Amino acid sequence: MSQWILYAASAAATVAIAGVGAFVAVEPVRRLLSINIAYSGVFMAFVALARRTTSGEADPVPHALVLTGIVVSVSSTALALSLTRRLVRATERSGRDSSSSPDEREA
Amino acid sequence: MSLETTLPLLVLLTSLVPGVVIFFLPEKRHGIRTLLNVGAAVAKLGLTAVMAAGIAAGHRYETRFRFVPSADLVLRSDSWALMFVVLSAMLWLATTIYAVGYLEGSPERSRFFGFFSLCVASTMGIALAGNLVTFFVFYEMLTVTTYPLVVHRGTREALHAGDVYLRYTIAGGVLLLAGIALVYALAGHGDFTEGGFLAPLGERHRTPLIVAFALLVAGLAVKAAIVPFHRWLPIAMVAPAPVSALLHAVAVVKAGAFGITRVLYDVFGLHFARDLGVTGFLAIAAAVTIIYGSCAALWQSDLKRRLAYSTVSQISYIVLGMAVYGALSTIGGSVHLVHQGLMKVTLFFCAGNLAEELGVHDVHDLRGVARRMPLTMAAFTIGALGMIGIPPVAGFVTKWYLGIGALEAGEGWCVVVLLASSLLNAAYFLPIVYDAWFAEPRIVFRDRVASAEVRLSLLLPTLATAALSIGAGALAGFSWSPLGWAKRIASQELRP
Amino acid sequence: MSAWPAWTVVIPLVGAFASWLVGRKSAFVAIASALATVGVTVVLALEVHARGTVLHRVGGWGAPLGIELRVDGPAALLLVVLGIVTALTSASAVAHFPMGRRRSTFITLWLIAWAGLNALLVSADLFNLYVALELITLTSVGLISLGPSRESIRAALQYLLVAILGSLGYLLGVALVYGECATLDVALAGERLARGTVSSAAFALVAAGLSLKSGLFPLHAWLPSAYANAPSPAAALLSGVLGKAAFVVLYRITGETFPLVLDAAPAQIVGVQAGAAIVWCSLLALRQRRLKMLIAYSSLAQIGYMFLAIPIGTPLARAGALYIAISHAAASAAIFTATGALERASGNDSIDALPGVAQRNPLTFFSLAIGGVNLMGLPPTGGFIAKWLLVRAALESGQWWWAVVVLVGGLIAAAYVFRVLREAFVPAVPLPATADAPQLAEVVSLLLAAVSLLLGVSPSWPLSLAMQSLGEGP
Repeated sequence: MSQWILYAASAAATVAIAGVGAFVAVEPVRRLLSINIAYSGVFMAFVALARRTTSGEADPVPHALVLTGIVVSVSSTALALSLTRRLVRATERSGRDSSSSPDEREA
Repeated sequence: MSLETTLPLLVLLTSLVPGVVIFFLPEKRHGIRTLLNVGAAVAKLGLTAVMAAGIAAGHRYETRFRFVPSADLVLRSDSWALMFVVLSAMLWLATTIYAVGYLEGSPERSRFFGFFSLCVASTMGIALAGNLVTFFVFYEMLTVTTYPLVVHRGTREALHAGDVYLRYTIAGGVLLLAGIALVYALAGHGDFTEGGFLAPLGERHRTPLIVAFALLVAGLAVKAAIVPFHRWLPIAMVAPAPVSALLHAVAVVKAGAFGITRVLYDVFGLHFARDLGVTGFLAIAAAVTIIYGSCAALWQSDLKRRLAYSTVSQISYIVLGMAVYGALSTIGGSVHLVHQGLMKVTLFFCAGNLAEELGVHDVHDLRGVARRMPLTMAAFTIGALGMIGIPPVAGFVTKWYLGIGALEAGEGWCVVVLLASSLLNAAYFLPIVYDAWFAEPRIVFRDRVASAEVRLSLLLPTLATAALSIGAGALAGFSWSPLGWAKRIASQELRP
Repeated sequence: MSAWPAWTVVIPLVGAFASWLVGRKSAFVAIASALATVGVTVVLALEVHARGTVLHRVGGWGAPLGIELRVDGPAALLLVVLGIVTALTSASAVAHFPMGRRRSTFITLWLIAWAGLNALLVSADLFNLYVALELITLTSVGLISLGPSRESIRAALQYLLVAILGSLGYLLGVALVYGECATLDVALAGERLARGTVSSAAFALVAAGLSLKSGLFPLHAWLPSAYANAPSPAAALLSGVLGKAAFVVLYRITGETFPLVLDAAPAQIVGVQAGAAIVWCSLLALRQRRLKMLIAYSSLAQIGYMFLAIPIGTPLARAGALYIAISHAAASAAIFTATGALERASGNDSIDALPGVAQRNPLTFFSLAIGGVNLMGLPPTGGFIAKWLLVRAALESGQWWWAVVVLVGGLIAAAYVFRVLREAFVPAVPLPATADAPQLAEVVSLLLAAVSLLLGVSPSWPLSLAMQSLGEGP
């Protein structure tokens, strides 16, 4: 019983901290990191929920959900990172073309 | 799919379909466009005559579509609707011929006539509407389709006039929608019923009903140009003369007055409205508008603006007649729907003739013009005499019934208002007439170019509507005249 | 048990795969898939209209372990109208992108997005909805990034980050619901969920996540730049169709999973947000000088109208929200397509540049005008029907202040719409033939405007679908 509370509480804490971080962060990669950590928190919450069955075995449904969720979050992260790279490259290119433009950090 | 279920829709379609088609016509195809316009107007007049004959023979015409919950789209021809429809059909034919002549050679005519036709289709919808939702749908469509006509010339003043027009009419539409929604929420439906349908709710919902009445009338008062919602009307005079004629004699202002009539008689019921105590306010607002309009007209030196303020004043005759409790004043109010339409259209046609032919816009430049344009000024004189209320022009019949009706209802003060207004009308019309016929010209009028004093397409409609104005008055005794019709309506609506 | 619901998802997916294989000539695949999908949705809608909710158990396994696809009246209506709008809008993409990698990428992404949208509409399972939402998000991001400039990439990135943040909230809410009810089925969860802290918290998380994804005030700042910097067909799709996905999820969930919460404070909070969205975003739209930004802010206001169904809560209000969704889908797609066409003709989308190009392309401008009339909520468009339903629903439920908000929103909308429309009447120097809008875009925007008009003139059939709820017959 106490094990479950541990998982659930840390899940909540993770989501809360990372969630705040996601809103507060300005740079895209930082934001992405926060969101990933928050998602880990959500998955932990699902795992904690897997404890409830009458037969004493773990509930398989949350496991399936977590797996799907991991797939989705990995894909989203990959997409975000590739977009960030494209953006940086495009910024560098235009920075070289018009050499007077200041170094832009994205918001 | 009999005639009885489709005739109202057909009447609507005779202007809707040509309107849409005209939009797609290339600008250069004058012949086809004129043919479509005039042909459609004639067709509509024909269908209207069929409808009138059918009603006289006892048929009922109703087109009904499923629309929203608790409100179908209903087009129905009862006597009131028919009066408005016949007036609109006749004046549309006249104005179409006039507009074709007036706008000869000007740009963007396909756009103009497209919206012109849609405007008339909307008016037909308003006239034939069988419930509040249908009424609203066409009422707002009228707003949207008249805007392009007001701003047609594209000048800064035209665009400004359009802005003012929109501000008033859209705001009015919002109030009207609120009122209609409230009625539906209270009563479950909004179908026009002879004698009204809200009376049973009077016990428990007195205040919401008064609020609904206020919202409805305020929304409608914008188009009906009741003070203080009238400001848009004189400003909209920058539009071409056919637009002013249409807006002021047929479509917009009449729609507002017609709506107020529907609300008073077929939603609330005159008896119930009097019990609620709201008819008094309406009558006072109308009276204020009558006097204010006439006073303001005195100060206008632009002819069309003077006529605009005269309209502001005259439309409230209708409202006053409707609000005063009695059969005779109802007759007076409802017959003025037709009479004012005929007379005002004549006056605006004359103003257009003067502007087109001689470039005259200012009242003072009209001195001696009757020698140069006698027929136009004769028509103008007829219209002016009608506005003042001098027999045999139709306006006299209206004022007579309104006056007698006011006395019958014990509202003697209305007679004072009517007399004052007639005097003011005389004050701003008679000098024009006198100067036109008997004074020496102040400016030089250019010579005739055509064989008649002005293009026939402009002259003939003017004379036709002037003749009708006299006819409606002189032949008022016949049962098929506008007066006879109004009597029939009053006896139906005011059954105790 | 008919398999039509499954086909609405499978056909676009297969089409996407096929178009990716075919490469450059994928326009034909796109047309075939579009026609097939729209055909299926129409058949499905007719069946739902005639016989009530259609059920499909994938693989024969039912809830709570299997995946059930449920198509009720509202879902069928959305399938058909959003499908038609999607198909038409994507046709204009062919005009916008020259034949090449961009165009085929657009087609593939668009078909997957459509599959995701249909999956969302037929799903009856909370997690299925999550997957569908993510599918739509990822493809939308791809569509935005197809724009010409660096700004498009930036807008796509921002959109992605905001969207997955929103999904986070939604997922956490779903976790809480599962913890309480041990089921993910939307209807079953509704039966088992009792009023309490857990259900309120779950609703708050779900609503927060979905309103962030929809762009509901005050979480709306990210949306306009995303729409304005996307290529026009993508903007049309996003604003018209895909942007409604999150709201549809909330609509379904509040109807079936959280009906008890609707009487409480959370629903009223959503209402305040919705009201603020309507008024504030309409006022912001008034200040815009670029047509695309104006429409983007206007879309934010329309989202506010949709969310008003939550506090009002009655079936009539929900039908009104649906009607806003479908009318706005057609109207904003028409406006974005027309704007894109005019932008091609004149080189920019500034409102001041409109007079010449509007007079040169009157039909395109007409589509823009009809879309504008829809935004104002005036007849004869679907926007009026929706406004009527919302106002009546608000009055009947006693919450008359929402009616005032709706009416005020219409007033402000009239102000900014007519600001654009009056430009067509300003006399301008005649422009040369290079200022002609692409013909395909013109036709597409006219057809989309026609859909909006059709919804306004003959609303009884769509409304009968919209008001048909789960488990009911005709």
